[in-house]
Amino acid sequence: MNRRRAALVAAVVAVLLAFPAFAGTYQTQLLTYGLTLAIAALGFNLLLGYTGLLSFGHSAFLGTGAYTVALMMRYLGVSSLELFILGGVICSAALAALLGVVCVRHTRIFFAILTLALSQVLWTLAYKFFWITGGTDGLRVPFSQLTLLGGLVSFPGADAFAKFITYYYYYVLVVFCVCTALMWLIVHSPFGKTLQAIRDNETRARFLGVRIWRYRWLAFVVSGIFTGLAGILWVPLNGLVTPDVLYWPQSGKIVFFAVLGGFRTFAGPIVGAVIFNYLEVYAVALTQYWQLALGVILIVLVTFLPAGIVGTAARLGAKLK
Amino acid sequence: MTLLRTEALKKHFGETRAVDGVDFTVNEGEFLSLVGTNGAGKTTLVNLISAFLLPDSGRIFIGDRDITHASVDERIRSGIARSFQLVNLFDDLSVLDNVSLAIFAREGKTRRPFSLAARDAAVTREAEEFLAEFRLGDKAQSPARDLAQGERKLLDVAVAYALRPKLLFLDEPTSGVSTRDKTQIMDTVSAVVRGGGITAVVIEHDMDVVFKYSDRVVVMHEGRFLADGPPEEIRRNRDVAKYLLGTDV
Repeated sequence: MNRRRAALVAAVVAVLLAFPAFAGTYQTQLLTYGLTLAIAALGFNLLLGYTGLLSFGHSAFLGTGAYTVALMMRYLGVSSLELFILGGVICSAALAALLGVVCVRHTRIFFAILTLALSQVLWTLAYKFFWITGGTDGLRVPFSQLTLLGGLVSFPGADAFAKFITYYYYYVLVVFCVCTALMWLIVHSPFGKTLQAIRDNETRARFLGVRIWRYRWLAFVVSGIFTGLAGILWVPLNGLVTPDVLYWPQSGKIVFFAVLGGFRTFAGPIVGAVIFNYLEVYAVALTQYWQLALGVILIVLVTFLPAGIVGTAARLGAKLK
Repeated sequence: MTLLRTEALKKHFGETRAVDGVDFTVNEGEFLSLVGTNGAGKTTLVNLISAFLLPDSGRIFIGDRDITHASVDERIRSGIARSFQLVNLFDDLSVLDNVSLAIFAREGKTRRPFSLAARDAAVTREAEEFLAEFRLGDKAQSPARDLAQGERKLLDVAVAYALRPKLLFLDEPTSGVSTRDKTQIMDTVSAVVRGGGITAVVIEHDMDVVFKYSDRVVVMHEGRFLADGPPEEIRRNRDVAKYLLGTDV
């Protein structure tokens, strides 16, 4: 990483650290949502941007993470976020390992359709097994029952919500920073370079001795874990999990994050997820036709800014040099 | 000493006998050219040996080992590497990364997710040495897609060479480049391959290139071998003159 980029990262981290001090509870809550979704986008983009596989089923992992938290809280009486993370990551990894075996033998539209179909199976299960999952009513995950840092921090009392948002924001920020650093390391590692080689030229990669399916499967599992982690962190913030989190439009949103920010850049999906979160919240507040507005934005993006926000900014920056 | 041997290797595509019962041997240390008109079966033969295609029948040996049913990565581990007729690179990666990746693959390091590829000093140094040998040292940080056609051809060979194979198949390394570039490419490839003690099989159409660089020439025609021998002998061969050069000796 060059000095200019390191300075930019340091500045962004400094702003994020100071954010709750000047932004207020609501804005902090919104940004916390954005950061959790950014973790999902990071995971998703390991597949799309770095391996060349477009998944339309990542809601499956987001939902698995979220439902694992809700089910652990409801049926096992667990309240520790660290245990939720452990359980959720294991479940997401197991699901990704299983679905990956089926999906990674295919590419392009076949991969996309398979991931979509399998995520819809999970959505149906969440719907139909209502005596376990709560069906359309979902399962509550109240923040008041949540503890952080092995029980050191809890949120009882009348003013607990503001406290929860502040503490939870910093918790999510740390996890986000760790995930971002980890993903940066992965995509710049020999493993990450191999994924990019598979994306660019599968035949040539095969003739270097790379076992394509195995690498795609590993990327799929890592991607699923990151997205599952996002679901784990998202659900205490939302307070409720319903089958909607497993439904295909949720997968579409994750694709939108990557396209909006630019899936051929590392930071693109992160920026895309945060901006999309604000766009959605404010569009919903402004008009009942908010989905139309988001659709128009998507069309404009694909038509005029195919490199996304970060990709376009990087190109402009390169031209100005 | 025989490095590679095929026995009655056969591959038909419907009525077309692309490779029709070929017994092919490659000796250690040779720079061998495989020539023939379009459709003679040269690329199909290389595709069969490199596991890009499966044979209908026949056997393939590397040394004494039967690799007829070995997978691509097993054949690479046994010392076979190849380049492609159409340049096959990782276009979005840098020139250095293209070669580094082959070294990582050879060293079994591609599964490492938690170390920076650029920080592997041994691999980077070796990749830079390869690029210098192939006269691409000053392009190391350029994306592969930005290279000129002649440079892309060289990089394609360099990527295969970086696997440090015993036997290197080069499928038309000079196709689509100017006459001047052809000489530069073949001078470089020949020097590197011979200097590295690697056995090379080159598919080539340009007979001037073939006669200048080869130790041995094998001529294919309609899926079979028409002639096999040193360049001078092939130059005088009446069948080769008739079918390949379209002239009489």
